[in-house]
Amino acid sequence: MKKFLSHRLVWPIAALVALIAVNTISRPSFLSITVQNGQLYGSLIDILRNSAPLMLVALGMTLVIATRGIDLSVGAIMAVSGAVALTIIEASPAPGNLGVVMIAIAAAVGSALLLGVWNGFLVSVLGIQPIIATLVLMLAGRGVALLITKGFITTINSDPYQFMAQGYVLGLPFAFYVSIAAVIVVGIVERRTALGMLTEAVGINPEASRLAGVRSRGIIWGAYIASGTLAGMAGILYSSNIMAADANAAGLYIELDAILAVVLGGTSLAGGKFSLAGTVVGVFTIQTLKSTITFLGVPPAVSPVFMAAAVLIVVLLQSRRFRAFFQTAGRSALRPLTRRPDAKVLS
Amino acid sequence: MATLTAERGPVAPTTYRRFLSRHVSWIPVFAAIAILLIMIAGSMAYFPNFQLPRILSSILLDNAYLLVLAVGMTFVILTGGIDLSVGAVMAFTGILCASLLSQGVPVAVAVPAMILIGATIGLLIGVLVQFFDVQPFIASLIGMFLARGLAFVVSLQSIKVDNEGLLWLQSTRFSFAGWYITPTGIIALLTVALAAFVLRFTRFGRTVYAVGGNEQSARLMGLPVVRTKLSVYVISGVCAGLAGIVLTAYSGAGYPLNGVGTELDTIAAVVIGGTLLTGGSGFVLGSMIGVFVYGLIRTIISFSGAEQSWTRITVGALLLVFVVVQRIIVSRSALSK
Amino acid sequence: MTSERSAVVAMRGISISFPGVKALDGVDFTLYPGEVHSLMGENGAGKSTLIKALTGVYGIDSGSIRVQGEERLFRSTADAQAAGIATVYQEVNLCQNLSVGENVMLGNEIRRAGMVDWRATHAAAATALAELGVHIDTRSILASHSIAIQQLVAISRAMVVDTTVLVLDEPTSSLDRGEVEQLFAVVRSLRDRGVAILFVSHFLDQIYEISDRLTVLRNGTLVGEYPIAELSREQLVAKMIGRELGELDAISASAERPIDRSGTPVLKAVSLARKNALEPIDLEVFPGEIVGLAGLLGSGRTELARLIAGADRADQGQVEVGGSPSRLGSPRHALDRGIAFSSEDRRAEGIVGDLTVAENIILGVQARRGALRKLGAAEVQAIVDEYITALGVRPANPNALIRNLSGGNQQKVLLARWLATAPELLILDEPTRGIDVGAKADIQRKVAELAEKGLSVVFISSELEEVLRIAQRVAVLRDRRKIGELATQDVDLDGLVAYIAEGQPETTSSDREKIA
Repeated sequence: MKKFLSHRLVWPIAALVALIAVNTISRPSFLSITVQNGQLYGSLIDILRNSAPLMLVALGMTLVIATRGIDLSVGAIMAVSGAVALTIIEASPAPGNLGVVMIAIAAAVGSALLLGVWNGFLVSVLGIQPIIATLVLMLAGRGVALLITKGFITTINSDPYQFMAQGYVLGLPFAFYVSIAAVIVVGIVERRTALGMLTEAVGINPEASRLAGVRSRGIIWGAYIASGTLAGMAGILYSSNIMAADANAAGLYIELDAILAVVLGGTSLAGGKFSLAGTVVGVFTIQTLKSTITFLGVPPAVSPVFMAAAVLIVVLLQSRRFRAFFQTAGRSALRPLTRRPDAKVLS
Repeated sequence: MATLTAERGPVAPTTYRRFLSRHVSWIPVFAAIAILLIMIAGSMAYFPNFQLPRILSSILLDNAYLLVLAVGMTFVILTGGIDLSVGAVMAFTGILCASLLSQGVPVAVAVPAMILIGATIGLLIGVLVQFFDVQPFIASLIGMFLARGLAFVVSLQSIKVDNEGLLWLQSTRFSFAGWYITPTGIIALLTVALAAFVLRFTRFGRTVYAVGGNEQSARLMGLPVVRTKLSVYVISGVCAGLAGIVLTAYSGAGYPLNGVGTELDTIAAVVIGGTLLTGGSGFVLGSMIGVFVYGLIRTIISFSGAEQSWTRITVGALLLVFVVVQRIIVSRSALSK
Repeated sequence: MTSERSAVVAMRGISISFPGVKALDGVDFTLYPGEVHSLMGENGAGKSTLIKALTGVYGIDSGSIRVQGEERLFRSTADAQAAGIATVYQEVNLCQNLSVGENVMLGNEIRRAGMVDWRATHAAAATALAELGVHIDTRSILASHSIAIQQLVAISRAMVVDTTVLVLDEPTSSLDRGEVEQLFAVVRSLRDRGVAILFVSHFLDQIYEISDRLTVLRNGTLVGEYPIAELSREQLVAKMIGRELGELDAISASAERPIDRSGTPVLKAVSLARKNALEPIDLEVFPGEIVGLAGLLGSGRTELARLIAGADRADQGQVEVGGSPSRLGSPRHALDRGIAFSSEDRRAEGIVGDLTVAENIILGVQARRGALRKLGAAEVQAIVDEYITALGVRPANPNALIRNLSGGNQQKVLLARWLATAPELLILDEPTRGIDVGAKADIQRKVAELAEKGLSVVFISSELEEVLRIAQRVAVLRDRRKIGELATQDVDLDGLVAYIAEGQPETTSSDREKIA
């Protein structure tokens, strides 16, 4: 088992290390960490903090992809979550009160959980394709968020809430602790219970799992609930970072970053075996990549081009045809195969 | 030899039944038309200022770009695929067009160039899907990322268009008895007409339906499946390029943030217009109805003074209803076999 | 008669190998114009492979294919079609969303000035259909017609493109008696027009009704070619099944143990049926009994097994498990009532390829316990070790990925999965197919042992010696109904073969109701 794990993570970790190395060479200050007022600062610390929302979303996305699904609505769920939390805080006479903040966060994450239940219902009970099912929420969710904020970008002033994304505990950003806690909790739930293995079985061979008595509906539904809830938590972090609920910008394109992180980490889009550790590595890789792009002076608006190139490379490497293209040199790989050697031999 | 007219089960070929058996894939379109008519009737009753010719003309004016996009998307969805890049490609070609025009490139060169660029991005997506087994939504996401980033490479801000040749497309109006139409509207309607013709009367068009209905059967029947699947993505790209020109003419400027979320609006319009997401069933005329439904929703919302965000919610809800109903119909027909 | 005409298809010395198995070994096959020819053989015989070689799906490793005297190399299905060979599949590979006329003419629509002329196209389609005696509205959508009509549409499409060889692959599986007769009328008229028809079916009665000649394959080799009049059914079945004596022990001693059939049966199925899959069937299984299901491919054995196992839902009939009526709506229901099912398709329905041997073994147990209560490591180890040893799984490594094991060992792992759920009734569908002799023996021995200890087994196998060796009783199925049951003590292999081929169905209770 350990052999298997290290084999899978070799490439993702190598990619991350290479990226860090490139950064360090071009700006030696990349690795430096300074201490101010008992808090650590530096590029690496920024990466740890800024990657938190993506980490949460990517964890949920990993589970959904493992069941052969996808969740395109996570960005919209983030927007709704932020809108709910900030609206409650803003309406309260005591926005700085810890109790109020806790209630607001609970309501926000609760709403996100309900949205996850909704997605899971569409996919596992009604049997709608995951892309379309989550597309509906992707469309409508931001609209709902805008309604909650009445079309404005709600801003608040609340120290406890600000602490979520901008606070420090023991020198490290609080947001980082949140993301690590999520990784640990999800990891425990998936690997300490049988949920992880059953999820993989459902993704690898749904029919064999059904015949073995696995309750696939519950497992698939649960994956979407998890994805929604984690997206809700990411929404809190995002809005805490800017102390505002921006329904249009919250989590924009984060689903794509999350899918990329999952794929980079070695989990296949076709479902089945998944690796939470791989996703963690993938998230850090993407965050470092973004940091690199910013450092290179590329306007953040243009960074999608680099992301496109990255996704393209990863996806091509995963494509069997592409690998065959290089192995069997050229044209012959492009012609459709007359005989499929692994085809089932019927009588 | 026995003559076979009777089939299993009690079938009396009444006119209704015959109509149904010939045109069953039109039923979702009729549903869309019904919805449109109901909305129009309701609006005319509810809003005192609602003059039908003016409203419909302005819907076409405001949503000509969406209509062009919907035509391209229809082709892709008919084959069972999806193209998430169209909004970004539209923005990219739009701002590139504005940029070229502001540098003195003649309209006659810039416009075809934009269409060509759209076609190229579409080809890239098609190649990824067809030859490298990449899922359509991932492949088109790559296209979307690429186009969006390239749009910002061209310019981080909007670029105004002064070129008379392009602005003419929008500023000219042909009026008749309360109706009016601009050249952009004509372009959009011509695109619809051309697409409808291709889908009905050419072998390529029929192959699109066949591939969407049952790709394996189409292949076994000897149809050019690979070429067809590539072509629909190219067509979608061409439409995105054309939509970029239309949108730039409409707003008088190129803007790199155009079209964020437009692909979703396009898909919604196509699905509401009666095209099945599973492929093989649908019509561009239906997609046009879907675009009008979308435009009417927007109009009604602005008429009633509600916030614009309700548009997306309503469209999302309508899309959901259609998808669920499609699913029920599909699973029912599978069970009855 | 046939030797005077030249063959339209002459396949000589055809050999095709896949990784690990030689599917066809030097097979000859000849088809003459104006005949209906049936290709016969059981699972693994090579029938399907030979047809795929003829229709361009598979390439051949050695041998030659001549069509109308010319040697041909098929690189794709299009090549075969260009040579005049058309196939109508069981699933009717047409486009359900298009009209009848369009399906007939797809790719060959009549055009005028580049545009499709729909009136002319539909007229041409109507003509083609009329030649087969079919008069339907060509503008209607294909999906609005029955499978029988759709097949005729597929056939008329084949005729539009000037087909000389028509392959009909299991065309009658979904047809009722009247539709079969209509189809056969069409087939005969095509034959009289000089078309060569290759007819593939598992329904023995229909084969004898429609065919002129037969070719029999077994284990990838040619057994022989026969005019239909010269081969009785019994002879045919004997040639298809063969008499292979394995190097197996006499487990039959165990089978002769007495069974107490006075108490409550573990399973009692009454009039169990499913549309287009199984006619009403009764079956009873008692504790400690092994009941074999015998019959040719397509006779309904797997369908019956799947109904009992909850893998498919029955349209009619009742099932009692251990005396209490049960609704077996899902595999989960069946497992909860102690019924475990080992599917015949290991790859698609059995192994979870990327998981380890250990995970595959405990999958059933874990699924029953629920996702939250994970089996402890010690518990897993105990279960896994017990079964790896008991069944002799090689390599004896619980952490190996199951997809890297040989077929025989994969089957053992799957068997372990079902046994670990402590079932009352174990249904085994072709458990020894495609595995080496040693593993076969191991599995059969284990099953016999377990039955001695009280486990009930329903055992499906195409190798009749196995069935006779292990089971106390054999239920014989043909053409989706049960013909009868035999005590294995009272019958030998020849007798069983004869019964499968010729045995007359007993009237069951549901039949009696129908006749009345």
